[in-house]
Amino acid sequence: MPKTSISIDMTPMVDMAFLLVTFFILTTQFRPDEPVIITPPTSTSLSTPPDHGKVVITIAPDGRIFFDLDNQIFRKTLIDKMGENYGITFTEDERNAFALSSSMGMPMSMLKGYLALPPDERKKVPQPGVPVDTTLNLSNELGVWLNNARVAGNNPVILIKGDSKSNYPAVKNVFKTLEDRKVLKFGLITGDEAAPSADQLK
Amino acid sequence: MAELGESGGGHHGKKRGGVRAKKMSTRIDMTPMVDLGFLLVTFFILTTTMAKPKAMQVVMPDTKIKDSTQMSKIRESEAMTIILDKNDRIIYYDSIQNPKMESTNFAKIRKIVIDKNNDVLGLQQANGWDQKGVIILIKPTDSSKYENLVNILDEMKIAQIKSYAIVGVSPEEIAMLPK
Repeated sequence: MPKTSISIDMTPMVDMAFLLVTFFILTTQFRPDEPVIITPPTSTSLSTPPDHGKVVITIAPDGRIFFDLDNQIFRKTLIDKMGENYGITFTEDERNAFALSSSMGMPMSMLKGYLALPPDERKKVPQPGVPVDTTLNLSNELGVWLNNARVAGNNPVILIKGDSKSNYPAVKNVFKTLEDRKVLKFGLITGDEAAPSADQLK
Repeated sequence: MAELGESGGGHHGKKRGGVRAKKMSTRIDMTPMVDLGFLLVTFFILTTTMAKPKAMQVVMPDTKIKDSTQMSKIRESEAMTIILDKNDRIIYYDSIQNPKMESTNFAKIRKIVIDKNNDVLGLQQANGWDQKGVIILIKPTDSSKYENLVNILDEMKIAQIKSYAIVGVSPEEIAMLPK
């Protein structure tokens, strides 16, 4: 009886494994560091927001507001414009720090000091949220962020990411701020929910 | 060590080219590569998030219109008001002149909205009006949650309501809310 080889040809398995590796490397998107964990409400909506060119306004369960524009180049223009509005000059390091960060909930008065901190210390700083009211003045910082982001971000899609348990008054202020700046069309980020079947609707 | 012996004693003149390179096996041990490959596969499978978030489109009414000719007028019989109250309670009423507020919840609102829409469509057909269905005013109170708003907007989509708007609740309405 001939002795059969115990080594098997692993080439197809290796091919498949590396195909999978390549697929996952190309499709994966790392979740950006978020200052607060949001559980959005669910809906039967099927449209997906675009991957790039969007403004996300986060409403935390405690009513704090966070602002995010998603592109690094746009973010640099945005921070420059914000600096002009509030009379703050940001250094190149601070501009880079801002460009690389994501959702931000710092008032303008504290932003410069926050950006000057080293990255790992920045995470420990509690963020009080972007100040928002129902005026068109500089005191409504969310409104100023929004105006500048619309210019800097080349007309981005505006999305609101609220937590299920956020109270309506916080949401109302954000809606009012958007409305006052003639943003009447926007998206609400929601989780998945199965649509009811035709029988359930009878 | 047959190979060594062969290469060592291989100078017989018959073979051209002098010292011949040792013939290497073309097979390499792929086990470490496979290990690494599957480690990476596992890592990416575990870290990847396949479910992308969905977005619901909202169009707010333009409250800046001052010119009354541009405002769309609606008949009272075509409208319905839904107030989002605290603790996931929904209050709804039809008539604006003589509101009769009724209390319900998210489990029952779907049927109420669909029935109302069908009633209004029937009325519009009977009178030869525009077949636009019921017009729903959604009024979230300050004690409602964001979840309530998203759920009611979703109900509008499920019931295929064409015209609805998110508007502010008036102090009169709050005073009239059933306890």
